[in-house]
Parts: sequence; structure tokens; C-alpha cells
Amino acid sequence: MMDLDPVLMSRLLTTITLVFHIIFATLGVGVPLMISIAEFIGIKKKDPHYTMLARRWARGFVIPVAIGVVTGTAIGLQLSLLWPEFMQVGGNVIALPLFMEVFAFFFEAIFLGIYMYTWDRFKKPMTHWWLSLPIVIGGAMSAFFITTVNAFMNTPEGFEIGGDGFAAINPLEAMFNPATPTKVFHVLASAYLTVAAILAAIAAFGLLRKKTKEYHKKALKLTVTLTFIFAIFTAIAGDVSAKFLAEYQPEKLAAGEWHFETEGNADLILFGWLNEENEPEGVIRLPGLLSFLAYSDFNAEVTGLEEFPEAERPPLWIHYMFDLMVTIGVFLLGISFLYLLLSKLKRWNENNKFMLWMLVLSGPLAMLAIEFGWIYAEEGRQPWILRGYMTVEEAATTSPYVGWMFVLFLLLYIALGVIGAVVLRKVFKNNPVEDELEKKYPTIEKGDK
Amino acid sequence: MNYEIIGISVLWLFLYGYLIVASVDFGAGFYAYYAKVTKKDHIMNQLISRYLSPVWEVTNVFFVFFFVGIVGFFPDSAYYYGTALLVPGSIAIILLAIRGSFYAFENYGSKQSNLYMFLYGATGLLIPASLSVALTLSEGGFITEENGKVALDYFALFTSPYSWSVVFLAIVSVLFISAAFLTFYAARANDVAALKLVRKYALFWATPTIIAALTTFIALGQHNERHYQNMFDYWWMFGLSVGFFMIAMWLIYEGKRYGLAFISVMLQFFFAFFGYGVSHLPYILDPYITVYENATHESTGIALIIVFIAGLFLLIPSLILLMRLFLFDADYVKGKK
Ligand code: HDD
Ligand code: HEM
Ligand code: HEM
Repeated sequence: MMDLDPVLMSRLLTTITLVFHIIFATLGVGVPLMISIAEFIGIKKKDPHYTMLARRWARGFVIPVAIGVVTGTAIGLQLSLLWPEFMQVGGNVIALPLFMEVFAFFFEAIFLGIYMYTWDRFKKPMTHWWLSLPIVIGGAMSAFFITTVNAFMNTPEGFEIGGDGFAAINPLEAMFNPATPTKVFHVLASAYLTVAAILAAIAAFGLLRKKTKEYHKKALKLTVTLTFIFAIFTAIAGDVSAKFLAEYQPEKLAAGEWHFETEGNADLILFGWLNEENEPEGVIRLPGLLSFLAYSDFNAEVTGLEEFPEAERPPLWIHYMFDLMVTIGVFLLGISFLYLLLSKLKRWNENNKFMLWMLVLSGPLAMLAIEFGWIYAEEGRQPWILRGYMTVEEAATTSPYVGWMFVLFLLLYIALGVIGAVVLRKVFKNNPVEDELEKKYPTIEKGDK
Repeated sequence: MNYEIIGISVLWLFLYGYLIVASVDFGAGFYAYYAKVTKKDHIMNQLISRYLSPVWEVTNVFFVFFFVGIVGFFPDSAYYYGTALLVPGSIAIILLAIRGSFYAFENYGSKQSNLYMFLYGATGLLIPASLSVALTLSEGGFITEENGKVALDYFALFTSPYSWSVVFLAIVSVLFISAAFLTFYAARANDVAALKLVRKYALFWATPTIIAALTTFIALGQHNERHYQNMFDYWWMFGLSVGFFMIAMWLIYEGKRYGLAFISVMLQFFFAFFGYGVSHLPYILDPYITVYENATHESTGIALIIVFIAGLFLLIPSLILLMRLFLFDADYVKGKK
């Protein structure tokens, strides 16, 4: 353990922290929007089912938030602990968005505290609904700011190299670097998509267990509709992200697509594997589609991996990550569309077993797509931590104890994950919807539930 | 004033904010566990669920603000502290994680899990102890740089009287600040039983707080002569600190104006903390980092200050709203809402 290379261990520790944090960060960005929408519909339609939905989502939300906050605090410190050289140099430029992110957290945290503990404290229900907006905005702003940091690492701009490090810095230009628009768009759309899909999965699961039909049916209809809308946005955002890569980070696109030679009318390669000579086998070739994905033109020339020195090529296995992400994206779009189609056609029952199971599946799959997407994006930047300026190796700490810290944090995340899941289950088990609806809204008829 | 000084002042102010709000929280953890052991837990639990649960996340952000800010204004501190503090920093993160999750888990989970109560109490003392190490290191002598490799001299750290006196001071201050706040809160809630208990704590911890402050002062004299001498230039700040301490003690002893007493405690720590801070300058990490030589670029520094001011316009009204709902709303405090 002690002899392991600090660079490798720093990478691994960063990876587990981020892979764990991003689950809760995604929930933290997406859930407030869903709560806000449900509460709004509940008030406007005077339908207690939706209000109950918002209440129950909010109650469950507290636990992922707590884990998100503690793991986020961990990353924030780990950036300095594990990548001191990076923060020393990059800190000059990325301090601004990081600093603003903290303000966004602050704002979000204050209103979250207020929102959670004031459900019945106002005369007008709308007053309480207004309090949800700062949380939605705060979450989106956090995502925006941190994503600009990540974008900066991919396409660093806004500074000049002087005698000793960076000189003539323009922090705003660094924030709004070429990667920012597409990245932010894709990260936000995919966070909302994922949360909608997860909440749909919960509702579908509730229906499968034949509980409180009306409540879960309404929940499902709402969340699947949102899934469909955000799946469209995510796909569009993914498409513009690919176009961005073709222009600014062609090696990432090329490695992800196993596109070795620069050529026009390039084929899109799906699935498959690499043989001993690093040649793709068992692939599906879609003629010309890569050119189209990259430039909206079937004949456009797409840069191949051959143009980059061997040492600066990202690993080829990121192809699998890309494929998995896109496949899940298409699946989510398809399944939510099918559900909505069936619900329009009177002859069909959209809440059939098959549909419901597919929707249950879609929640975890969406979260996996987030993970695959990030791994693709981060691994595709290798060997750079700051593309073109500093490699991961140069940035890492030299401290010999990283291996031990890795073990410690792995245990922490396992404990947090397990306890979080257990407590979350308890929250809902000890408090079934039926009882809660009856207690709060005795006027709803039994049959309605 | 130049942007370096504004920057460090802002950060120091936030660290001070964290010192106060986190002390309330940490100390409450210890008292809660203590009360449980002595079978008086019903008193403390009310407070934890009514006041601390809604605000713990805000408390945590104070801390995040400080460390993001210091790395932003003084990127070299990421390099030195980051490398040297890998182990103590990681331990502090883990303790914070245990504690942070407590509120969410305990609110819903098995209410009286003994293990969690114990961890909650223990982390309340261990976190201030481990965080205070960063201040100790800043005095120099513990972080070494040889051939471009930064390392922490653990032996020197663990055998230094100064570092132990800081740990001691951190712990007793936490208990004192917290007890002073709880006294105010219990009085506000008209909870006579709780008031009697926490007032006793406040009176009890006052003496160790002053003793620890003096010991630390003397130990600093042995450890960092320059800083020690500088402190005499700001003698009036420490004098004010002692003055406010006496006012607070008198009020609590007399059993009146607990709100004013807590404000006096806040001022006591404000002057001591800023007296300590200003005499520490220009060093952030003696002798490697100073505010002037190691600050970020001017453009970034100014952008940070602008954002800071803009942020305050957003935060102050929101914080006031939060306090009015959970701290000064008498019905809420009394548990009627
Ligand atoms: C629910 C999650 C999800 C889904 C369904 C998709 N993505 Fe994605 N993708 C992400 C979640 C994500 C992400 C987690 O948000 C990433 C990681 C880094 C980033 O900027 O966004 C990402 C990155 C990412 C990148 C790299 C961007 C960069 O490094 O700058 C590309 C090219 C795509 N995606 C393209 C697509 C396409 C063509 C999809 C087809 C539908 C797609 N994604 C679906
Ligand atoms: C290197 C990357 C990241 C760092 C350094 C980081 C830092 C942090 C920190 C310090 C916190 C705790 C804040 C607090 O105390 O309240 C946090 C929580 C959070 N982070 Fe991250 N974060 C990172 C990645 C992300 C990403 C990519 C997103 C969004 C897409 C995100 C969204 C959030 C949200 C919404 C929270 C609040 C917790 C919640 O509401 O669930 N973070 N993060
Ligand atoms: C200041 C910001 C960031 C820093 C310093 C940073 C640094 C790193 C480093 C050094 C790695 C290890 C790469 C490797 O060698 O495998 C990594 C991986 C990763 N990062 Fe980033 N990153 C940052 C921002 C983000 C953000 C905002 C996210 C979004 C959540 C993110 C998600 C990930 C993920 C999921 C991995 C794992 C990829 C893998 O499995 O290899 N990062 N990051």
C-alpha cells in the first residue's frame, strides 16, 4: 500500500470521490426543480396528491443533500491536498468560479433550510412555493460554476504564460472558455433528465407493488413527461458537445469513436472491441455519420487520432463509455416516448407490467449514463489535467500517504452510501403514502388513493 | 487598502464567522452526549432538532468559503498546506462527514442510536482540535521544504507545547462559546430546566478558557518571537477582549440579559481573533507565504472582491430571513411551530 505511486493513488482517490459525489450532486441539481414543479401543480390544481408528492420528495431529499455536502466538502479540500501543483497554478484562474460556487451553495443552503422547515408556517401556500425557486436557481448555478472549472481544464483560456507561471490573467475569459456553453448545457439537461427518470422509476415501482394507484399514476405521468422533455434536450446537448469536441478537442472525439485516420465522410463506429493490433472488430458502422455528428455534413473531414503524438492520446477504452452513455440516452428517449404514446391511445394501458419495469430500469440507467459521461469526458482529457499545459502526473502530490487515505475514504463512502440507503428506506417505510394522505387530507375519498 | 489586505480580511472574517457558528454546533454535540450519559438528554435534543438541524449546512458553507477563498486569494497556500496537510486534512474531512450526516440521519433514523450520539459528541471536540492544527502550522517550524519537497514534521508537531496549548484552547473555547449561546437560547425558549443546566456550563468553562488563552500566549512567545512581539503592538485589542469577557461573565452570573452576554462573548473572540490575525501578518505561513508576495494576480484578486461584495448583497438578507425564522421567532424557539 505504502509503495504505490502517489500519482496513481491520487487519481484513484479523486475518481472515487467524484464518482460518488456526482450521484448526489446530480440529485442536488435536479430534485429541487421537480419538487418545485410538483408543488406548483398541486397549488394550481388544488390537488393534494401533487402537494404530497412534493412533500415526500423533499423529505427524502434531505439525505442525499447531506451526503452531497459532505462529499463536496471532501472534493473541495482534496483538490488542494491531492493536486497542490495544479491548484497553485490553476488556482489563479479558477478561483473566481469556485468562489462564486460557494456563494451559490450558501444561497441554496439557506433557502433549503427555510424551505424544509416551513411547510405549514405560511398562510398562503404560494409563499412557500416561492421559497423553492432560490433552491432551484442555487443548484443550477452551482452546476454552472463548477462546470466552467471543468471546461477550463479542457480548453484553458484567459491567461498568458509569463516568466514564472501565469501572467496577465482574465478570469472571466477563463470562465467563458470555448467548452463552457456545451458542457453547461449538457450537464444541466442530463441532471434534470436523470432526476426525472429516477423519480419515475420510484413511481413505477410503487405501481408495481399495487399501492395507492391514483397517487403513483399521477406521479408517473408527470415524471415521464419530464423525462421525455429533458431527454430531448440532453440529446441535443450531446450533439452540440460532439461538435464542440470535433472543433476544439478532436483527440477526445477520435479516441471515443476509434477514428484513427483523418478522413472525409467518416463512419460512426458503434460497439465492438479491439483486437491485438488495436483494430476494431465486431462493430456496427454507420457510413458518414461521424462526419455528420461532428459537422452536420456527411462529407466533412474529421481529424483522426494519428495526428497526435502517441504520448498525448487518451486511452481507447473510453469508446465503451461513450457508447454506453449514448445507448442509454436513446433508450430513455424511446421508453418515455412510448409511454406517452400509449397514454394517448385509449386502446392501450400505458401502466402495463412491461412498461413499468422498463421505467423502473430507466432510473438507475440514467445515473449510470452520468457516470459514463463523466468518465468519458475526464479520461478523454488524459494525460492532461490542464489540456496542453500541465499533465496529471505533474500536478499530483508527492506525499507518500495517499494510499492510506484512499482506503480511508473508500470506507467512508461505503459507510455513507449504506447508511444513507438504510435511512432513506426507513423514512418512507415508516411513513407510507396512504397513512400520510389520510392524515393530512382526510377529505380525499378512499377510492381516490 | 490594497487587494491583498482586503482579501485576507474578508477571509479572516469568514473564519471568525465559522468559529462562532461552528462552536455552537460542536459544543452542542458534546453537551448532547454528556446530557445523554447523565440522563438529561430531552433538554438538548429539542435544541438540536429545532435550531441546529436547519442551519448545519449553512455552518458548513462558512468553512468551505474559507478554504476555497484562501486557495483563491493565495494559491501558494494550496501548494504548501495541501502537501503538508494530506493526512490531518483527510482526517478532518472524515470527521466532518460523520458529523454532517448526523443531522440528516438522526432526524429520521433510529432516534437514539448510542453509537451515533457518541460520534456526534466526540467529533464535536475532535474537529476543532484537528482544524486548529492549521493555525499552529502557520506559525512556522513544522512545515519543511527540502529540494522542492514539502513535508510536515510530525515529531516537532506532537512534541511542541505550543501546538498542544492551541488544541486545548480550541476545545475549551468551543465549549464556552456554545454554552453561552445555549444559555441565551434556553432563556429565549423559557425553558427553565435547560437554562439552569447550560448556564452552569457557561460559568464552569469560563475559567479554563482564560487559562488556556494565557498559556497559549506564553507558548507562542517560546515558539515564534516575532509574532509574540507584534502582539504587544495590538495590546488594546486583547484588552478589549478581556473586557468583553468580563461583561459576559458578569451578565451570566447575575442571570440577566443573556442575549447581550452572548454578544459580549462574540466580541471577546472577535477582538482576540483579529488581534491574533493582524499581528500574524504579513505571514500566512511563516516563512514561506506572505500576503504580499504570494497573493493571486491582481485581476483575479479584484474579481474575487467584486464577487464577494455582490455576494454579500445576496447573503445578508437571506441570512437575516433564516435567523428570523429559526432564532428570533419566539414561537418557533418555544416549539410551538
Ligand atoms: C443522463 C446522462 C447523459 C446522457 C443520456 C447523455 N449524456 Fe453525454 N454526457 C453526460 C451525460 C449524458 C455528462 C455527465 O453530463 C457529460 C460528462 C461531462 C460533460 O460535460 O457532460 C457528458 C459528456 C458528453 C460528451 C463529452 C463532452 C466534453 O467532454 O466536452 C459528449 C460528446 C456527449 N456527452 C455526447 C452525448 C450524446 C451524443 C448523447 C446522446 C443522446 C449523450 N451524450 C447522452
Ligand atoms: C471538482 C468538482 C466539484 C467540487 C470541488 C465540488 C465541491 C462541492 C462542495 C464543496 C460542496 C459542499 C457545499 C456545501 O458545503 O454546501 C458540494 C456540494 C454540491 N455539489 Fe459539488 N463539487 C464538484 C462537482 C460538482 C458537480 C459537477 C455538480 C453538478 C453538476 C455539483 C453540484 C453540487 C451540488 C448541487 C451540491 C450541494 C449538495 C446538494 O444539494 O446535494 N458538484 N460540491
Ligand atoms: C477543479 C476541478 C477538477 C479537477 C482538479 C479534476 C481532476 C480530475 C483528475 C486528476 C482526475 C483523474 C483522472 C484520471 O487520471 O483518471 C479526474 C477524474 C474524474 N473527474 Fe475530474 N476534475 C475536476 C472537475 C470535475 C468535475 C466538475 C467533475 C464532475 C463531476 C469531474 C468528474 C470526474 C470523474 C467522474 C472522474 C473519473 C474519471 C475516471 O474514472 O477516470 N471532474 N478529475
